[in-house]
Amino acid sequence: MSAHVSSGESQNKIAWSYLIAALVSLIGLGDAIYLTVQDLTGQHLRCTIISGCSEVLGSSYAHIGPVPLAAMGAFAYFSVFSLSILAAFGYRLARPLLAALVGLMFLMTLWLLYLQAFVIHHFCQYCLLSAAVTTVLTAIVLGRGIMKRRS
Amino acid sequence: MKRFLPLLIIAVVLVATVAATWMLLRSQKPGNSANNASPTPTNPVTDTPGADPPHIRGNPKALVTVEEFGDFQCPSCGVYYSELKKIENEFGDNLRVVFRERPLIPPHEHALLAAQAAEAAGLQGRFWEMHDKLYENQTTWSVATDLVPIFVDYAKQIGLDPDRFMKDLNGEAVAARIFQDGKRAHVFNVNTTPTFFVNGKEAKDDQWKPEGLREMIKQALREAGK
Repeated sequence: MSAHVSSGESQNKIAWSYLIAALVSLIGLGDAIYLTVQDLTGQHLRCTIISGCSEVLGSSYAHIGPVPLAAMGAFAYFSVFSLSILAAFGYRLARPLLAALVGLMFLMTLWLLYLQAFVIHHFCQYCLLSAAVTTVLTAIVLGRGIMKRRS
Repeated sequence: MKRFLPLLIIAVVLVATVAATWMLLRSQKPGNSANNASPTPTNPVTDTPGADPPHIRGNPKALVTVEEFGDFQCPSCGVYYSELKKIENEFGDNLRVVFRERPLIPPHEHALLAAQAAEAAGLQGRFWEMHDKLYENQTTWSVATDLVPIFVDYAKQIGLDPDRFMKDLNGEAVAARIFQDGKRAHVFNVNTTPTFFVNGKEAKDDQWKPEGLREMIKQALREAGK
């Protein structure tokens, strides 16, 4: 992780798109932590915009073994934040790792959206927020990759 | 310094995250939050979370409690339904049965709606009537495509106000009860249905069979000195 950018981009130049990704990931982190705490404390989570939180978060898909899915989400978002910050400051190795992680998260998001739409038949607003965050992160990472190739 | 700045930022966010999580956890603890309206234990069976009050059939002061985690669409639950009724009759006032919602979706795509129907009936004081209706007619509604009219018909048959039933079916109170039972199932690691606990002890392997369950109940009665 200590490999710095050596050419093409100045070490001092901060890649703003990665900083934006870091900020966006904080939204996902907050959302995931809130869900994790609600899960750990056994609180009933009330949907304020749409109904369906109970059905989704009370379903068997809300956990993998004993671990709440939200806790894994929090870990993933914190990893995205860390890799984005490192990438923004020129740590080269952070960039492919970030792209791989965000890609994995996007696939997971698609799977969870499918479950909500076609299996559980309910949507949870906190899960949709997380899906939106991951989609934005994917767009940032993809957009940056495309721009880099063109240049 | 510049070299360490990203690590410093990550460390600060990590500390802030841990602190925020800790504060949230503290604020959500019972008796420490406005979210918890009742200072009383969440459940008379144990202090573990679960829909409160639970659905109890039989003598509320019985020496033995059989707690069932059930799924109305699960065929095994349907088969066990009549066996459990026999067991209830055999042990009479010495036994009370608590039912907990554990709709398994998938594979039971209608299980959640059936649980909602039972809980909506419960809001009008007719949970067990709907519980029986759902199990007795499991093979009918399980294969239907439009369940709501069927459940409304059941609601009418057991004397519910159909308008209120419809309103409650997708209401927050019903969702909250299913969610709380789901939390309890998670705590007890209940992943199959029906799962039974006799005075808090899970009926496993042969104990799960009706005869095994009877033996567990008898053992619990002996331990209670009866």
